[in-house]
Amino acid sequence: MAESPVLAQTAPSIRRITPTMLVALVVLFGWLALALAAPVIAPCDPDAIDIMNMLSPPSAAHLFGTDQVGRDVFSRVLFASRIDLLLCVAGVLPPLLIGTTIGLLSGYFRGVVDNVFMRIYDLTVAFPFFVLVLAIVGVLGPGLLNFILALTLVGWVSYARLMRAQVLTIRESEYIQAAKCLGYSPAAILGHHVLPNAIGPVIAYAVSDAVLVMLAGASFGFLGLGAQPPAAEWGVMIADGQAFVQQAWWICLFPGLAAISLGLGFALLGDGLGQIHRRGATA
Amino acid sequence: MPLLQLIARRLLQLTGVLAGISLVTFLLLHMAPGDPARLLAGERASAETIAAIRSQYGLDLPLWRQFLTYLANLFSGDIGLSLRFQRPVSQLIEQFMWPTLFLTVYVICLAVPPTVALAILGARRPGGVADQIIRLVGIAGLTIPVFWLGIMMSRLFGVSLGWFPVSGYGAGFIGHLHHLFLPAVSTAIWLVPVLTQSLRAALIEKTTADFVTAARAQGATERQIFWQTMLPNAVLPTLNLLGVMVAFMIGGAIIVETVYAVPGLGTLMVNALLGRDYYVVQGLTLVFAVSTVLITLLVDLLSAFIDPRVRL
Repeated sequence: MAESPVLAQTAPSIRRITPTMLVALVVLFGWLALALAAPVIAPCDPDAIDIMNMLSPPSAAHLFGTDQVGRDVFSRVLFASRIDLLLCVAGVLPPLLIGTTIGLLSGYFRGVVDNVFMRIYDLTVAFPFFVLVLAIVGVLGPGLLNFILALTLVGWVSYARLMRAQVLTIRESEYIQAAKCLGYSPAAILGHHVLPNAIGPVIAYAVSDAVLVMLAGASFGFLGLGAQPPAAEWGVMIADGQAFVQQAWWICLFPGLAAISLGLGFALLGDGLGQIHRRGATA
Repeated sequence: MPLLQLIARRLLQLTGVLAGISLVTFLLLHMAPGDPARLLAGERASAETIAAIRSQYGLDLPLWRQFLTYLANLFSGDIGLSLRFQRPVSQLIEQFMWPTLFLTVYVICLAVPPTVALAILGARRPGGVADQIIRLVGIAGLTIPVFWLGIMMSRLFGVSLGWFPVSGYGAGFIGHLHHLFLPAVSTAIWLVPVLTQSLRAALIEKTTADFVTAARAQGATERQIFWQTMLPNAVLPTLNLLGVMVAFMIGGAIIVETVYAVPGLGTLMVNALLGRDYYVVQGLTLVFAVSTVLITLLVDLLSAFIDPRVRL
């Protein structure tokens, strides 16, 4: 019981990858490839207006049809993946880094810092997550940068809380006691012993969190508070198409399907990683 | 009387959280880049207007004095004045809250039965085929953007099939039920997976509980154990989910109401955000947070009342 979870978490072997995780990885790398190659493979300029071809249904020339000003929906979906993928990374990494650091220090050293952090945590979770992010973006002004700023301001507490809970169990373990007895500095213990053993579930959470970040980003784009038109972003595209959905369902349908497929990639990978850690913890 | 002690302690905690909430919502307005008076007055306001607004709203006072004024106003039930409607925010909230409340209850009614059924189905044989399918479908359900689902459903069921209205709130109870059906289903589809996962986990946790082993040792059949021993013990986790639900629901309602043009608090919030009506944003954030906290408290107290072992 004492050894197996540690071994399970520090040695992620290739054998642990389940078929669903493999599918998830294929989807994620597929989107990464599409996003990177968008300028090469997109048949049209995503912002090129073509008045002669407004609202034309999917055809060989326009795979996903065209929107209300004749822009090629397929090309826009491809180019939008660049913004939405970037959004997932930029929306997850800052809270992850800040939260992990604070959780690590707060859980290991306890004391005043820990107390202050717990009060901040209690206060933050009193607000519905989406409402607080929405209010902060509303006050700072619409835009992707402010969205990420608001997300970071609110989101780091979940990471810190999770990390802290991990550290609290690890700090009492024998190998940490041993490291202390051997005279390692707190920095060495934290960096070499606590962090590697505590980070697994946090990473799994971060991957699942990417789904929420992408959906929130698209929702903000849809509400007009995230990416600003005419930028090609899935939420913005869906908002653009909403008024024309009766005549031209394809403007809304394809960006949504793209968002779902990317979300599935992150969700399945996060689910697989989470299961590995749960299994490791109960084995 | 431990229950009374518990209530007293929770009320004390509540005061702290409420004070924190009021501080955060107060600072919200001051987070905005630039002069709050200019933000309130608008980009094209003259220097005199800005000065007038500054003294009218007390923005020329030191920050701590402003906070005290804000607190005093809160205690007297004044949560600000909408700049756009020129009406107190509390009045606006009173006017817009009914559709949102109706929608919330509607969603809970639609979401709870399938949640309980799916969670039971999955938990009866953890890792079995049904459990795997429910889990994967649930994960898929979570990745669907609510606003997209809303638009697609209103296009299919509202426009193509003509079964349901695609916007508004309707008149009378039946009208509300009819108008809010698509918004409620859109939210429920997204809520059911979240709830099913938690309830399933709670049920499975009970399978290893000592009282289950004891019941088995006494010769109860697996059927009896499941229905008479495990399920009643999973009531509390289900109840606790209600608290989690509310925060999720408020976020979901904001988007769904916008898609279906339901005249509720979510629509009010989004319009206030886009129209830079800051006191409405501030007041709504406060109201959303306080209701979340109060509902969590209610759920906790109810759990403690049902199960004397619960001590928070």
